[in-house]
Amino acid sequence: MSTEARPLIIGSSPHIRVKQSVPDIMFHVALALLPVAAFAVWSFGLSALLLLLTTTAACVATEHTACLIARRSTTIRDWSVVVTGLILGLTLPPSTPLWMAVLGSIFGVSVTKSLFGGLGYNCFNPALVGRAFLQIAFPIPLTTWTPPDLPGRFSSLLPTTLTFPFLRADTAALADYIRTALASGGVDGWSGATPLSMWKFAEVPQFESLPRLFLGSIAGSTGETATWLIILCGLYLIARNMMNWRIPAGMLLGAFLLSGAFWLSDKTHYPSPMFMLFSGGLMFGALFMASDMVASPMTSAGVWIYGFFIGMVTVIIRIFGALPEGVMFAILLGNAVSPLITSATQPRTYGLVRQKRWIKQ
Amino acid sequence: MLISALSIAGGVMLLLGLLLAAVLAIANKKLYVYEDPRIDEVEAQLPSANCGACGFAGCRAFAEAVIRGEAAPGQCTASSADTVESIAAYLGVDAGVGEKRVARLACSGGDNVARRFAHYEGRYSCRAASLVAGGGKHCTFGCIGYGDCVAVCPFDALHMNEHMLPVVDEAKCTACGNCVVECPKHLFSIHPISHQLWVSCSTRLRGKDAKAACAVACIGCGLCAKAAPEAVSMDGNLPVVDYGKNEFAVREAIENCPSGAILWVERDGRRVLGVKAAAALEKVLNPPEAPLKKTSASEAEQKSEVSG
Amino acid sequence: MKSYVNSFPHGVHPPDCKYTADAVIETLPLPPEVTILLSQHIGAPAKALVAKKSKVMRGEPIAEAVGFVSVPMHAPIAGTVTAVDYALNPRGEMAQAIKIKIDPDADQEEIYGTPRDLASLTPDELIRAVQETGTVGLGGAAFPTHVKMKPPAGKSVDTLIVNGCECEPYLTTDFRIMVEESDKIITGIQLVMEAMGAKEAFIAIENNKPEALESMAKAIPAGAPISVRSLMTKYPQGAEKMLSRAVLHKDVPSGGLPSDIGVGCFNVATLLQLGQLLPKGQGLIERVITVSGGGVERPGNYRIPLGTPIRYIMEQVGIRPEARKIISGGPMMGMSLSSQDIPLTKGMSGLLVLTEEEMRDGGGTVYPCIKCARCVDACPIFLNPSLLGLLARKARYEEMAEEHHLNDCFECGCCTYVCPSNIPLVQYFRIAKAMNREREAAK
Repeated sequence: MSTEARPLIIGSSPHIRVKQSVPDIMFHVALALLPVAAFAVWSFGLSALLLLLTTTAACVATEHTACLIARRSTTIRDWSVVVTGLILGLTLPPSTPLWMAVLGSIFGVSVTKSLFGGLGYNCFNPALVGRAFLQIAFPIPLTTWTPPDLPGRFSSLLPTTLTFPFLRADTAALADYIRTALASGGVDGWSGATPLSMWKFAEVPQFESLPRLFLGSIAGSTGETATWLIILCGLYLIARNMMNWRIPAGMLLGAFLLSGAFWLSDKTHYPSPMFMLFSGGLMFGALFMASDMVASPMTSAGVWIYGFFIGMVTVIIRIFGALPEGVMFAILLGNAVSPLITSATQPRTYGLVRQKRWIKQ
Repeated sequence: MLISALSIAGGVMLLLGLLLAAVLAIANKKLYVYEDPRIDEVEAQLPSANCGACGFAGCRAFAEAVIRGEAAPGQCTASSADTVESIAAYLGVDAGVGEKRVARLACSGGDNVARRFAHYEGRYSCRAASLVAGGGKHCTFGCIGYGDCVAVCPFDALHMNEHMLPVVDEAKCTACGNCVVECPKHLFSIHPISHQLWVSCSTRLRGKDAKAACAVACIGCGLCAKAAPEAVSMDGNLPVVDYGKNEFAVREAIENCPSGAILWVERDGRRVLGVKAAAALEKVLNPPEAPLKKTSASEAEQKSEVSG
Repeated sequence: MKSYVNSFPHGVHPPDCKYTADAVIETLPLPPEVTILLSQHIGAPAKALVAKKSKVMRGEPIAEAVGFVSVPMHAPIAGTVTAVDYALNPRGEMAQAIKIKIDPDADQEEIYGTPRDLASLTPDELIRAVQETGTVGLGGAAFPTHVKMKPPAGKSVDTLIVNGCECEPYLTTDFRIMVEESDKIITGIQLVMEAMGAKEAFIAIENNKPEALESMAKAIPAGAPISVRSLMTKYPQGAEKMLSRAVLHKDVPSGGLPSDIGVGCFNVATLLQLGQLLPKGQGLIERVITVSGGGVERPGNYRIPLGTPIRYIMEQVGIRPEARKIISGGPMMGMSLSSQDIPLTKGMSGLLVLTEEEMRDGGGTVYPCIKCARCVDACPIFLNPSLLGLLARKARYEEMAEEHHLNDCFECGCCTYVCPSNIPLVQYFRIAKAMNREREAAK
């Protein structure tokens, strides 16, 4: 057969490419989140499962609708919105009413992502914006916690999960439900606190033991408890070159150093740096939220600064702020300064003398 | 007490207001720049396309030039004849209407007649394709057909036909010249519509080679130059019309053309082929196989560009 | 030898695909007809010396250089000139060319040219002799070699870097000639050093070619100021700017030439030709190319007369029906050819015939930039390709050149290679540069 029958293809160099495309990356991030999600369902039961499914479905639906309105071909197939949905679900408390989860999904995806032009144009992490919105709009349900491994978690839902839209979530009923369930398992008393709030708000600061923090048998947001699993899944992404390892490294280092300084100044009042790293959403935030490519700086030096900044702001909010947890706002602040960091850390072009200006216009 | 406090406050505010008003009034007088009110009037009538065809930096600059007497209203090619008349009447100057000028494409090689022998993959644009092995059309001088000219036409006067060849809507064309600049193969030029004899081919190839690339290519036979010797001469293998002697550029020149490379443009923009050329073209288009299919992959490219 | 020290920061590691590394250079039978494009080099096209029906001897000059930045052409086969006319060139343009048909009775063994005593020549005469050979940069740039040998007034070259990196995937011509013809390369190096007054020379070879490192080291005569440097295997190690950093740890100034820091860079294939042609007084009539890729039945390294139509080469080596793309050069910087009628030119270091699977992955769908910064981490000259790409989409070409150093980009393709969004960054940059050039010319 002669080649004349099929015309030759002409195209611009390079003629070969790496195999990883955007959907591949997003798909693998979603894949890496699945073990975390599975652990969450194991710990918190049906409510967590329903919550994760709801946020994912709501985010996908929001993106699809936004594309329809903008008359573009739908972009849900690039998996990025699935990642957003999963992350949002994993950062909410397991008892979050589903209608709030839907509201947060719609707000996060539409305001942060679609309005700015979709994937690649969002300056903030959409999942975090959704969560921040919920945190501010509904502070009480968003700081009501459920203990892990509750008896009967696979047979019934938490009472607040199915709250009718725009009705107040009945947190008192939730507390009753938890007490009854715990009693049936032979445990009494439930303070309703996460390790961070036990340290921050208790009369005498209590420090949860590190092994429990590490293994995840603690209360907290759906997906933030199993530190070991989060680290493993993050390492998988780093190994596949789908995440910039410098971001979590910088963030953990920043948090470690600053909290270490506080700890050395007063060991009874301030928690140890390891407690800081393994409690709350810091590990999950470092590996899965701060590392969001779109909203982080583009230079290697910038990425270290960005990580360090987020880590330190987290510690400052945790120690001095009104809330026990500061990861979410720290990352959002980091997102806000990341374009600035990028332009301030542009490397020297080969063969040029470094220019003496900090910020390019 | 309250009353006095209020009245003091009110008084202070009043004084402050008066002071500032005075400053503003003085500034207004001191910094006032006289501007001919007619500029606004004229600019309002201009099409605001800022196309630059008049040679000035936008419509306002043109309006100023017209009022200074440095330009005639008719130099705005984008305005209709009525508008030009109305501006001329308003200013009491000569309209200076020139002959209508339009963009002409020196290529007739759509996909139905010109072979595309390599399939271009990449950004859907002539400029991009021309940098990749010339774009993949067998005729390397002709139109690539990805419509960069259409994209830059501010007057919607250019459209791609079904064979991926741009067609100038001469009624809408204002001779702004954007397409002339944009075309990577430099196929467009601006001509008054009285230039009716038109060489619609740019190939430098001769005879068989030219014909192999495109059915309507000029084969350099020189019959047109023989038919209108005063106006048409051969430059290499391509005829060149000397529009300085436009009166000799007669319609007879196209009649013997075997391929249709030289044609007659009617004043309404219709392109008329000579009898022989029309018959030859008919033979090429039907009966042979169905016209070449448009590359569907390149359309997909375009889509992904748009969505991306 | 510490290999990791000798490299440059950033860059990429494409799969090397050097399937033809063990294929000994073969000589293809002479083609029945050749097409010699008059402009196969950067600079003024040569002017034809022959007309239709002229009889030419093998190696006879058939076109002369026009000015200094230009080279002559020589007849690669003995035969008759059939036409001086237009032919398709690799850039897809119609350009002037001389077509020669082989003469079956002619002597194809004897090659035009008289041997000369090079030792008696002054440097300037030597440089003129180089121009007469018609040699250009055979690595792919096709810049006339004699022009490179004469640095601008006021600059002098004291160090020679001999580029044997061959960092492009697939290509193995430089490797083969370093293994098979190292002596002639050394002769070429010595001639160029003499002409330029260079004091030392480094032969830079990537450390994935131990055979070449060994063979070149062995060929260096005792006491000669020439040494072999093993460099890290990384793309684009073979670019002039990268070489001067890897070998000498010096930067070529932005917008400058290697001669600004006293360096001259020459490809091993170019030096081989000089070492071979100069003593005999002959002209460049053939070159070694790699023919490889999944679309070829007999991939290998072949010595082929210049001007041979690619169609003929493909007939000889066998082209498979699944071949979809023919590339002149390597897959990272090579040009795709639109037709098999294009003849072999001096600057073609390889012909890759790629199949659909080899060409690219990701389906070609372009996604928006997700600012993953892989291009920033890949760019060997530390530009911000992502930002440049955004500006190019908005057609802000002048801003790209003035504020973001577009003109330092040498289109190595690293950014596009790593981009997970399939954004054709290099293509954007080429368009931007072309538009800027056009705008400059219009001024």
